[in-house]
Amino acid sequence: MNGIRKYLGLILALFVVLAMAAWPMIDGKDITREVVFTMLLSVALASSLNILLGYTGYVSFGHVVFFGLGGYVGFYLMAVQDWSLWSAMLAGGLASAVLAFLLGKAILRLRGGYFALATIGINEAVRAFINNFDLFGGPVGMSLNFQVYQNYGGGAREALWMSFYVLIALTLLTVTLSYFVRSSKFGLGLLAIREDEDAAEVMGVIAPNAKTWAYVLSAVFPGILGVLFFFKNGNIEPAPAFRLHLSIEMIVMVMLGGQGTVLGPILGGAGYQRLRGFLLTNPLFKNIQLAVAGVLLLVIVLFVPAGVVGWVRQRFPKLRRVLQ
Amino acid sequence: MMILQVEGIGKVFGGLQALSDVTFDLPKGQILGLIGPNGAGKTTLFNVINGVYPPNGGRVVFNGEDVTNSKTYHMAHRGLARTHQIVRPLNELSVRENVVVGACFGREGHGLGPAGEIADEVLEFVGLAARSDQLAESLNVGQKKRLEMARALAARPHLLLLDEVLAGLNPSEISGMVEIVHKIRDRDVTIIMIEHVMRAVMNVSDRMIVLDYGQQIAEGTPEEIANDPKVIEAYLGDPKLAERLMRDSDEA
Repeated sequence: MNGIRKYLGLILALFVVLAMAAWPMIDGKDITREVVFTMLLSVALASSLNILLGYTGYVSFGHVVFFGLGGYVGFYLMAVQDWSLWSAMLAGGLASAVLAFLLGKAILRLRGGYFALATIGINEAVRAFINNFDLFGGPVGMSLNFQVYQNYGGGAREALWMSFYVLIALTLLTVTLSYFVRSSKFGLGLLAIREDEDAAEVMGVIAPNAKTWAYVLSAVFPGILGVLFFFKNGNIEPAPAFRLHLSIEMIVMVMLGGQGTVLGPILGGAGYQRLRGFLLTNPLFKNIQLAVAGVLLLVIVLFVPAGVVGWVRQRFPKLRRVLQ
Repeated sequence: MMILQVEGIGKVFGGLQALSDVTFDLPKGQILGLIGPNGAGKTTLFNVINGVYPPNGGRVVFNGEDVTNSKTYHMAHRGLARTHQIVRPLNELSVRENVVVGACFGREGHGLGPAGEIADEVLEFVGLAARSDQLAESLNVGQKKRLEMARALAARPHLLLLDEVLAGLNPSEISGMVEIVHKIRDRDVTIIMIEHVMRAVMNVSDRMIVLDYGQQIAEGTPEEIANDPKVIEAYLGDPKLAERLMRDSDEA
């Protein structure tokens, strides 16, 4: 009983993810599966970004670079080197982690807006590099041979369902990672850095190391997810792999749900994708859906900077144990 | 046994000589009072000792180890803790979490569980136990000063640097804080305190150092300091203060 109480926050978070995941399994429709696939992908990306943005307080505007780079590395290994999806996902995650580690050493000494600007620059630089990198197909990108999908359940439809199940597992893992970072000593150090980096260092937090590891942890799953996404997609090109506005949407998701909480990015990611789905199919909004995201971000920053979960936690302190 | 040896420390900011040739030894278990007019370099000296700024010359030896140019977090691990003149609470964390940070990342580097126990004990000690679960930002100034103290103590330091912990407190808060300082000394923690509240610092200190324009102009017992003509001269820009200094030491 005590154990359950201790992990109530994690259990609730995983339950919300599973409830979303169960929806297409119950109604069995391909279209529902696609909708929920986008939602879960957003949840996992937002939860990853939250480790850096919410816990450590560093705004990364170019986080999509890890999604794109991981996707490219994994895709190359699958399409050209005939690796399996599983080893490609591992390699993609590893590539993103290594990039984050090297970048962390270089740019995490920058604070505030300077760090945010540097991350945008890095995303654009990597995209420009890939655009001219012949091994990865340059501007044309790469495609998977359709035969590949036969190894994953038989036909294309089975492979799509399998991708969905893999995504569920990855999302649950990401949320679990986010929870354990949040409730660990390492996580407490990150929160201290977020609140006052100099004071944290005076108290003994080795900020340069802690920040670098937070960056690495926030980059691993986006790299793995990139491989899965482009595997399901069947081809990869520089523009969709390094879409800067996906980075911004990730920030909106984290802010909407509540930065620095475990549950926030889950609700924010799912909620934002539902909203986006509605806007894209609405004739009035379909061309200005990104503008709506921008207005949403503005409203959150101005009026509810703590996000939905943060706001509820402030209003109802008794719920803090559950809403982590 | 000297816990801290400061040898010929100098620090320059642009054209300003903030510290020049500051030298002193601090034996274990003493309370050293550091006084001087505003802008004398007191906080800068703290910042050099705990690694915020590298000095332009000289050496800092802590527990027999040369720590000149060490990072602040390495100093914390070696057993140096400090409070800030302008309080720096971790606002969005609870009071207890603030103190747990000190215990987790300080000298003893505890895990979350034991750190929590230390935090509860230290919060009791400084009289903030009732506010454990409040957010740090909701405390008033006096409580924030005590929180700074609690965070520093939770690290179980060998040497504690107190930067104006009495400033901005009302008289009853001051006597409460002075009592805490006495209790800390009884725990074998060496203390350097910067203070403008003369009566308090004269009462508490075993020895005092006076800085003026970055120069160390006097060193000695509180009685010697209060009667030192150079010290009185340094405070003459504010004659009332010099007068008060004399009066306070007579009463003490």
